[in-house]
Amino acid sequence: MATYSTNDFKGGLKIMMDNDPCSIVENEFVRPGKGPAFSRVKYRNLKTGRVIDRTFKSGETVEAADVMETEMSYLYNDGDFWHFMDDETFEQVSGDAIAVGDAAKWLKEQDKCIITLWNGSPLSVAAPNFVELTITDTDPGLKGDTSGGGGKPATLETGAVVRVPLFVQIGEVIKVDTRTGEYSARVKS
Amino acid sequence: MLKTKSNKQWPPTCSAALLHQRAALYQTIRDFFAQRGVLEVDTPVLSAAASCDVNLDSFSTQLASNGLNQQALYLQTSPEFAMKRLIASGSGCIYQIAKSFRQAESGRFHNPEFTLLEWYRMGFSLADLMQEMLELLNLAFNQNLASITVSYETLFKHMTGINPHKTSLNELTAYATEQGNPEAKLICGDSLSNTLDYVFSQYIQTKLKKEVLYFVTDYPACMAMLAKLSDSQPVTAKRFEVYYNNLELANGYEELSDSTVQKQRFQQELAEREKQGATKVPMDENLVAALEYGLPECAGVALGLDRLLMLTSNAHSIDEVLSFPIDRA
Repeated sequence: MATYSTNDFKGGLKIMMDNDPCSIVENEFVRPGKGPAFSRVKYRNLKTGRVIDRTFKSGETVEAADVMETEMSYLYNDGDFWHFMDDETFEQVSGDAIAVGDAAKWLKEQDKCIITLWNGSPLSVAAPNFVELTITDTDPGLKGDTSGGGGKPATLETGAVVRVPLFVQIGEVIKVDTRTGEYSARVKS
Repeated sequence: MLKTKSNKQWPPTCSAALLHQRAALYQTIRDFFAQRGVLEVDTPVLSAAASCDVNLDSFSTQLASNGLNQQALYLQTSPEFAMKRLIASGSGCIYQIAKSFRQAESGRFHNPEFTLLEWYRMGFSLADLMQEMLELLNLAFNQNLASITVSYETLFKHMTGINPHKTSLNELTAYATEQGNPEAKLICGDSLSNTLDYVFSQYIQTKLKKEVLYFVTDYPACMAMLAKLSDSQPVTAKRFEVYYNNLELANGYEELSDSTVQKQRFQQELAEREKQGATKVPMDENLVAALEYGLPECAGVALGLDRLLMLTSNAHSIDEVLSFPIDRA
């Protein structure tokens, strides 16, 4: 089993804490007055997203977490699981609703996602920063109203609802920023 | 054809402006002490003895020799011992800008090789030395700094509700656990001074007011290191530390001059090293002998110059003020 010592600690390092995979956010070496050296560490539990503060004795070792990020294509959802494939190895993995999280409402077949794998299973899924989706439903609105103040809700093909400008209509393809969940642009076909 | 990887490690990590700031700081220091008749000295960084403090880890090397017995030498963790030998020999007031070395100390505020300004004043009390420190720092910062002098006890009680002179290991570890750090016990072992230092750095140092220079004085007797003890009750160590923007800048003592007590403290530290399985090191018999000969009443302090430069230049990391930090050395 691979281990890391506090001397290896740095932002992004994946370690096992309380049986959960975690990612180090920040590490600061402290040597108080004339006392014993220790590391002041902030780490994120990759399962719960919680950030935890803890100190470690200098030289203390912790188990490494087998966590890697990889780009995969979204294949389909079978009702319970979302299936993804590595385009190079054709290896497939599936993740449940907890792992897929918010990304679920943006994913369209063939979209490339960044999957965080822990011991080979998806821990989290990040949708692409921008997705292009077709509007399946929105209020037609008043013709000629381009004031744009506030816009209107529109339902997309994946079921997600975003606010769009009044002039955008059913059947059009729009670009959405998945990080903010906001309309970004119209996609000309 | 062989392709060589482009080496990006060669340039310095500090800006050209910082080279100038460091040079200007050294000039300020030299002018400051020249005006006060304090002599600049130069002592070796290599010594046959090492610091016995279990929390300090010295670099060691060997003196090449044709014989079978190679002599171990240690890089100094501070110039204190050599400077005290000069003082015992009658040097009077002295200062030194000295490279110092500590193993396994690397981070945003630490580099294994760093620069200390250390100075000793004959006949000075701690209060005199703190005043001189303030005057020097005012010059370095080029402003009159707001400063607070507060006893370790007052500060500790105010921030944690615990009296550091009367507390126990149990009370301190319970406090750390309450604050979310049950691991304090593992880090500090069963040492009261270690646990006091841990609590201070976790819950007090981090909460000091910014842009105020703190002089923390009168340490618990168990944290005396090389300082004299007071005659008053509770017995305190005649030691002070300086903090600015939550960073420890300096540590000063009214110097212990009793050779017997000094030897006892070294022996206690060596016993603690053995107990904790730390490397065995030789104590500085030359320092003990110098104290036996006689050390004039004096006070001395070590100030971290790299950290001072960090503070005056608003640097985020010590690398920004060093030409070549350890990973580029």
